[in-house]
Amino acid sequence: MLRLDSVSRHFGDQHVLDGISLTVPDGQLLSVVGPSGCGKSTLLRTIAGLLPGEEGTVTLDGTPVTGVPDRLAVVFQEYGRSLLPWLTVRDNVALPLRRQGLGRAARRAGAEAILERVGLHGVARRRPGELSGGMQQRVALARALVCRPALMLMDEPFGSLDAGTREDLEDLLLEVHRSDGTTIVFVTHDIDESVYVGDRVVVLSPGPGSRVVRDLPVGLPAERDQITTRSLPDFVALRTEVGRAVRGT
Amino acid sequence: MTRRQDMSLGLLGAAAAFGVCEALSRAGIVRRGYLPPASEVLARAARLAGDPAFVDGIGVTLRAWALGLGLACAIAVPLGLLLGAVPVVEAAVRAVIEFLRPLPSVALIPLVSLLLGSGTRTEVTLIAYASLWPVLFNTVYGLAETDPLAKDTLRAFGFGRLAVLLRVELPATAPFIAAGVRISAAVALVLAVATEILSGFGQGLGVFIAQAQTDPDGTRDVLAGVVWAGGLGLVINGVLVGAERRLFAWARQPAPAVRTSRRSRS
Repeated sequence: MLRLDSVSRHFGDQHVLDGISLTVPDGQLLSVVGPSGCGKSTLLRTIAGLLPGEEGTVTLDGTPVTGVPDRLAVVFQEYGRSLLPWLTVRDNVALPLRRQGLGRAARRAGAEAILERVGLHGVARRRPGELSGGMQQRVALARALVCRPALMLMDEPFGSLDAGTREDLEDLLLEVHRSDGTTIVFVTHDIDESVYVGDRVVVLSPGPGSRVVRDLPVGLPAERDQITTRSLPDFVALRTEVGRAVRGT
Repeated sequence: MTRRQDMSLGLLGAAAAFGVCEALSRAGIVRRGYLPPASEVLARAARLAGDPAFVDGIGVTLRAWALGLGLACAIAVPLGLLLGAVPVVEAAVRAVIEFLRPLPSVALIPLVSLLLGSGTRTEVTLIAYASLWPVLFNTVYGLAETDPLAKDTLRAFGFGRLAVLLRVELPATAPFIAAGVRISAAVALVLAVATEILSGFGQGLGVFIAQAQTDPDGTRDVLAGVVWAGGLGLVINGVLVGAERRLFAWARQPAPAVRTSRRSRS
């Protein structure tokens, strides 16, 4: 269980987060949505233990997060910058397995299995720069999943992909979440996406000093489909409510 | 411009320079003693390739060059990583480095010769000193250019400071280091030849040039030696550029255009 207790953050004079409290049960996919610049990424980096010295506490399974927690994985929006361009796709994906002390053969086998799973065939020996944006983000997702994380943090992961690729990856994420039951915090500024992938949507107010303004459970069936789900009255009602909360009306 | 066009233009430039030198001398505009015809200089340079003593000399020069450059890299890369990774150290040694850097290395030749004699030790020391800077500064600069997101990604996967340095920062900096080595390779050649010219005895390309100077009809030999020095520089640069192209193909690959078109949903 991930728990945030009145987490506030400042950068210099700038007040970014103002007393965020949240509890994320195991296995939940929490969407965090809010306008640009509301501190969503800051929140994610705080949970990841990448930004030291926060006010308030973050605890993961009862242990305070002071550094990067074990079994954490992150996926950033900028796949082109977060994948290592000098490594092959396979070696990029295998990288987190080094932390588990696996041998070379085991790491490669693990990487290849997870690449198949995210729908990437025959690209293991290519370099990230040779792949399309959607494929690179699949590689980043595979790298995040390879060590079976307990908590996965995603910072607008599909924000720079075109619509079709984006839908494919949303569905891939849902499928992975259903089968692995990983706890996921999914940051996005896309209201539809937050409802479509989320078990629950938290809306942050615009900065400076973002707070949680809405916390809504998503009562949609677990089995989701880009066409059907998006036309359900519940979906439409929820996206309207989230949209209003984001715009502050 | 394609590489082929590039190359033919380069050949054209070389041919033009050759033609001008040849014409100046043959037409008597410049006295032959000052500038022998380019064809004679080149013929002499080519004949030198068959002269075992001269070829041994080239070997001596190249050995000192390689030792000095290698030593410079062995010091500059770890030092650059240390300076780039630990700001406290960088702040502490900045003043010293900024004092040493502008000193012309060639001016140090008499001093170092006085201290170490005029043998290989002096030559290697001076080469290493002069070639240290480009590698050092490129390492520090490349390190500062490393994408913070790549570092954050590895940190989030639980890698420590040292692992991030070795797995992300060092490889990301490698193309910068290689460019520094290429610059240093030329500097090292200058220092190798200059040290040999000033010491004036023993073996080496610079020694050959220095001794040809004293001949009454030595201009041709001096110039033939210079042609060899230039040729060596050209070959070394070509080899290093080729190696960079092969090793760091990933660094030149433009990231595929990110499409930002999105349907408006909100």
